[in-house]
Amino acid sequence: MERRVAFESSFAIAEAVKMADIDVCAAYPITPQTHIVERVAQLVANGELDANYIPVESEHSALSACLGSSAAGGRTFTATAGQGLELMHEVVYVASGMRLPIVMSVCNRALSVPLSIWGDHSDVMSVRDTGWIQIFAENAQQAFDLTLCAFHIAEDPAVLLPTMIHIDGFHLSHVIEPVLLPEQEKVTRFLPKYHHPFALDVNNPAAMGDFALPDLYTEAKVAHDMALRNSIKVILQVWQKFGEEFGREYSPVETYGAEDADILLLTMGSFSEVAMEAIDRLKRAGEKVGLVRLRLWRPFPFEQFRQTVGRAKLLIVLDRALSVGGPGPVCSEVQAALYHLKERPQVIGFIGGLGGRDISVEGFQNMIHRGMDKASQGKPGEIEVFDVREK
Amino acid sequence: MSIDLKQYLRPGVTLPFCAGCGDRILLRLILRAIDELKINIDDMLFVSGIGCAAWIPSPNFNADTLHTLHGRAIAFATGAKVFNPKLKTVVISGDGDLADIGGNHLIHAARRNIDLTVLCANNMNYGMTGGQVCSTTPKGVRTPTTPGGNPYHPFDLCKLVNAAGATYVARYSVTQPSVLVESIKKALQIEGFSFIDIISPCPTQYGRQHRLGTPRETLKFFENRCIMKEDAKGLSEEELEEKIVTGEFSDGGN
Ligand SMILES: Cc1ncc(C[n+]2csc(CCOP(=O)(O)OP(=O)(O)O)c2C)c(N)n1
Ligand SMILES: [Mg+2]
Repeated sequence: MERRVAFESSFAIAEAVKMADIDVCAAYPITPQTHIVERVAQLVANGELDANYIPVESEHSALSACLGSSAAGGRTFTATAGQGLELMHEVVYVASGMRLPIVMSVCNRALSVPLSIWGDHSDVMSVRDTGWIQIFAENAQQAFDLTLCAFHIAEDPAVLLPTMIHIDGFHLSHVIEPVLLPEQEKVTRFLPKYHHPFALDVNNPAAMGDFALPDLYTEAKVAHDMALRNSIKVILQVWQKFGEEFGREYSPVETYGAEDADILLLTMGSFSEVAMEAIDRLKRAGEKVGLVRLRLWRPFPFEQFRQTVGRAKLLIVLDRALSVGGPGPVCSEVQAALYHLKERPQVIGFIGGLGGRDISVEGFQNMIHRGMDKASQGKPGEIEVFDVREK
Repeated sequence: MSIDLKQYLRPGVTLPFCAGCGDRILLRLILRAIDELKINIDDMLFVSGIGCAAWIPSPNFNADTLHTLHGRAIAFATGAKVFNPKLKTVVISGDGDLADIGGNHLIHAARRNIDLTVLCANNMNYGMTGGQVCSTTPKGVRTPTTPGGNPYHPFDLCKLVNAAGATYVARYSVTQPSVLVESIKKALQIEGFSFIDIISPCPTQYGRQHRLGTPRETLKFFENRCIMKEDAKGLSEEELEEKIVTGEFSDGGN
């Protein structure tokens, strides 16, 4: 029987990891990720999950050990946040370059300095170009569902790429919500036992991580790029299969009240749920607004994105990371994706929600109005940081 | 805190430590050593990593403080010291910070025998993140990441740093305040790499998870475990298992 339980999002993820029956988890604690790996350690110790939990001495070691375990053919999971992801950085590239289907939860956290344990998307943007599949969850149920799907997507022989599930630190990682937990049997049917077709094997030796001269490096990189771009087909299939089995639908670009909207707001992650309330209120006041939630960040879902927003008049983009001295990272990608369309919305970018600062429902209403004003005045500007004290 | 030590605190700070935290005691003892040596705190640089212990100097000490990244304090301190050798450079950080994630810097700085004083507040866990297992957690101990008991042997940090080539190496506990102050004074004066493994109990995480009782009882528990190395001589290996042997393990030639 499916069960409805109250779970902290972190525990929901650990539950998905348990049901996925992983083989290895190597992890290092860091706020706000710690509850996930503590829970995994507990499930292993209780005998509920037959896996190896390695309490390594740093995140660099954590992802390195995961890399080894995945290369040897084990279903492998880890989790981190902020500074931990930064310390993993060189290994993040290597894991995807070696095509190792590791699944990692990232509890999005701001980066030092100033030191902050609270959430934003600075860490996400620092690994934007690392060649992992990257998916955002907005609530505990999604964190559970998308973690399960992540193993399925990552391990598909046509994909074989590591996958990150992003959840907002604290705003999502630490909230307790009702979560529907499916039966193990159903999960096992959905997610069959993992078999890496090129796992390290003494009988069929493989060489991984080799040297490439300039005559080969480009081709190797392009192969990786093609694999990541093509993974969208498998992502769509897996989410469809998940929807059929479990009744919850996911797609690369999701909307809320966007059907008849001229003005769209774009968000990623848990802030979308607050933005929904703002959209409801503005709609009740007769405004033609809607919300676009970018669920799939890598590979960037160009086609779905253009279809969803192409006809709008104005697209307001919230970035929760500051590309110091540059454009908002999501905003600039969105602009690039729309540039070649004959008819396209005007794009206005905001940066906000940095280092754990909340954006309230009223805040989103104000942001949308401010975006509309800027558009009507024809003054889009480069960036605008929302809700910043100047004194 | 007595009046004379208050002068060393940055005006307006409130100390962040939990009730009974060894780090609060250690903070006082470090300042006492500085006061007794009459070192001008303005000539000192305090470098810390990330963790509860890293908050001992930063932002509390009214001196130059550099709060760095988890594990990197010694590397930052090395840079500051070589550029300005006149800075009396002291690294104060946790066991996890210095020996786990930053363990490489620890052994290499000791090998180069650079003139730093490293004070390691050893609470045998990652206090700040909730008491998880650390390279100094005793074998068998239950933590949130070793719920079945720690399967690994801990580091003997003094042996490690000594073998790497440090000039001065000692272990004392905050429950041995007077010998510890003397040791800190020595570490501050000796030229070369000096390292003190300071047992600094954590009642909130380690104490609670081990049911060691109140903060007072937690401190008592460690007080009873610590013995001076001279007194440890006659004890059998079994008897020593429950003990923490304190003293100087490399005395810098004095
Ligand atoms: C790269 C990185 N990984 C993990 C963390 C999370 N973290 C902060 S403090 C800490 C452990 C601190 O333990 P220790 O150094 O022993 O200090 P204590 O809190 O016990 O005094 C960890 C894991 C971090 N800040 N940065
Ligand atoms: Mg510690």
